[in-house]
Amino acid sequence: MNYPKIVKILEVKKETDNIRTIKFEYPGKMIPGQFFMIWIPDVDEIPMSASYIEKNVKGITFKKVGDATNALFGLKSGDKIGVRGPYGNGFKITGKKILFVGGGAGIAMIAPAVEEAINKNISSDVILGVKNKNEIFFEKRLKKCGAKIHISTDDGSKEYKGLASDLAIAFLVTEKFDSVLTCGPEIMMKKLLDLSVNIPFQASLERYMKCGIGICGQCCVGKGLRVCEDGPVFDGKTLKKVEDFGVFKRDAAGKKIKF
Amino acid sequence: MKIASLKLKNPTILASGIMDEDSGSMERVFNSGASAVVTKSIGIKAREGYPNPTVLELEYGILNAIGLPNPGINNFKDEIVKLKNLKIPVIGSVFGSDVEEFLKLSKTMQEYGTDALELNMSCPHAKGYGLEIGSDPDLVKEITSKVKKSTKIPVFVKISPNLTNLVEIAKSAENGNADAIVAINTVKAMKIDLELKMPVLSNKIGGYSGKAIKPIGVRCVYEIAENVDIPVIGVGGITTGEDALEYIMAGASAVQIGSGVYYRGIDIFKKVCDEMKNWMKKHGYTKLSELIGVAHK
Repeated sequence: MNYPKIVKILEVKKETDNIRTIKFEYPGKMIPGQFFMIWIPDVDEIPMSASYIEKNVKGITFKKVGDATNALFGLKSGDKIGVRGPYGNGFKITGKKILFVGGGAGIAMIAPAVEEAINKNISSDVILGVKNKNEIFFEKRLKKCGAKIHISTDDGSKEYKGLASDLAIAFLVTEKFDSVLTCGPEIMMKKLLDLSVNIPFQASLERYMKCGIGICGQCCVGKGLRVCEDGPVFDGKTLKKVEDFGVFKRDAAGKKIKF
Repeated sequence: MKIASLKLKNPTILASGIMDEDSGSMERVFNSGASAVVTKSIGIKAREGYPNPTVLELEYGILNAIGLPNPGINNFKDEIVKLKNLKIPVIGSVFGSDVEEFLKLSKTMQEYGTDALELNMSCPHAKGYGLEIGSDPDLVKEITSKVKKSTKIPVFVKISPNLTNLVEIAKSAENGNADAIVAINTVKAMKIDLELKMPVLSNKIGGYSGKAIKPIGVRCVYEIAENVDIPVIGVGGITTGEDALEYIMAGASAVQIGSGVYYRGIDIFKKVCDEMKNWMKKHGYTKLSELIGVAHK
């Protein structure tokens, strides 16, 4: 049933000054890229992709951006939240060599996908795109699992100076990848789609959600594609036909907001 | 088949509030078999609705208090125009706090090109709107008749099951010259979480839909059909062709489907139509009209 299960927070971990991970007991299988609806009682309920997928424990990693994430930021271990899901389709992780591109908070949900790729013996290059070196997270975790990590910072404070999509160009022209998997700012993902000519492409989209179960219509893009139910991961072929992609999203009232 | 001047290729219509905030969603639903789509209820100004949680699945139905989110009538033109360019029959749902708002919204919807109007006088969880208007028989009649006088397209009035004067309200709509009555909207309900000892919906009270409310809807349609001469469109908990036929036998001329999209997918419209046809074939009926209201003896 799609009803929130009340769980106790097991662990809160500081990733950067404004990024935290919360882990909670939530047994069951899930696919990297799938998400939960996280209920912070008296505040809000928001969609969040899993950043940790273990047999009995799941985790979410988030940046302070609004009322809900601000409230989540203040929670301690032992506090209660409501969790329903997992929802959505998740990434299809296949092939011999994958280029992952995580931008900002999008890195959170890319991490379990990278770990699964490595488990499947898929060679994984991961671009972590952030504003500056203080915002990098999951670098050690992903290096440890065996992925090749490349960092882009807007201000050049670590490794490549510039946008993650620009750094991706260098890889895409010099090496052959079986697919490109990404999550991050939509304009970045749109650029990556345009760059990924003839390479299978998957991107995870973020939209304001209400029901999470495919009925309210709040998160629809293109011709009635529900990000919660038909997504959040869409392939390049589908996204090329979605006129909203990289152009606009809708607010809680359903008004179009340009990216 | 026809409801007033609205031509329908089959008796299943998308109910308001489900996958109907933008033209792309409504196009998908139409292409999945619905004969027409009702838009999300649109008001004068943009409205965000309530914070989440706004929707919960319970054991036998779905509970929601979305709170009438909508982009406002002025931002809704494109959605209607796109649907009309594709020749998709659209029923514009509107909600206002008074006669003037209903008039302005209805006239604008007509201007945008909608084929019919549905006056939402039954949302159970928005202060100053919906049910708060739809429980006053004089107001229902006044709004309906004024909208009728200033528009040319069919006007449907959607009424609530949360009324002790259900028949009176239906008659008020009929006396206001409504072309059809749509019944029912959701049933007022609440869910309390035991662990947190608090209502789960941010608005605390919401409206219940889905399988559990079908007998309530069938009863309301039966009572309404017994007392008015205009067509009734049945809605509430329909997930199968048999459910739809129950509404038809109670007196409905067509049906709307909303939560059923959750239970059986977006192609529920086609599934329900096929099931209705199969039942009719098996029982020797060739026309749906032969079954409308047969339960009234």
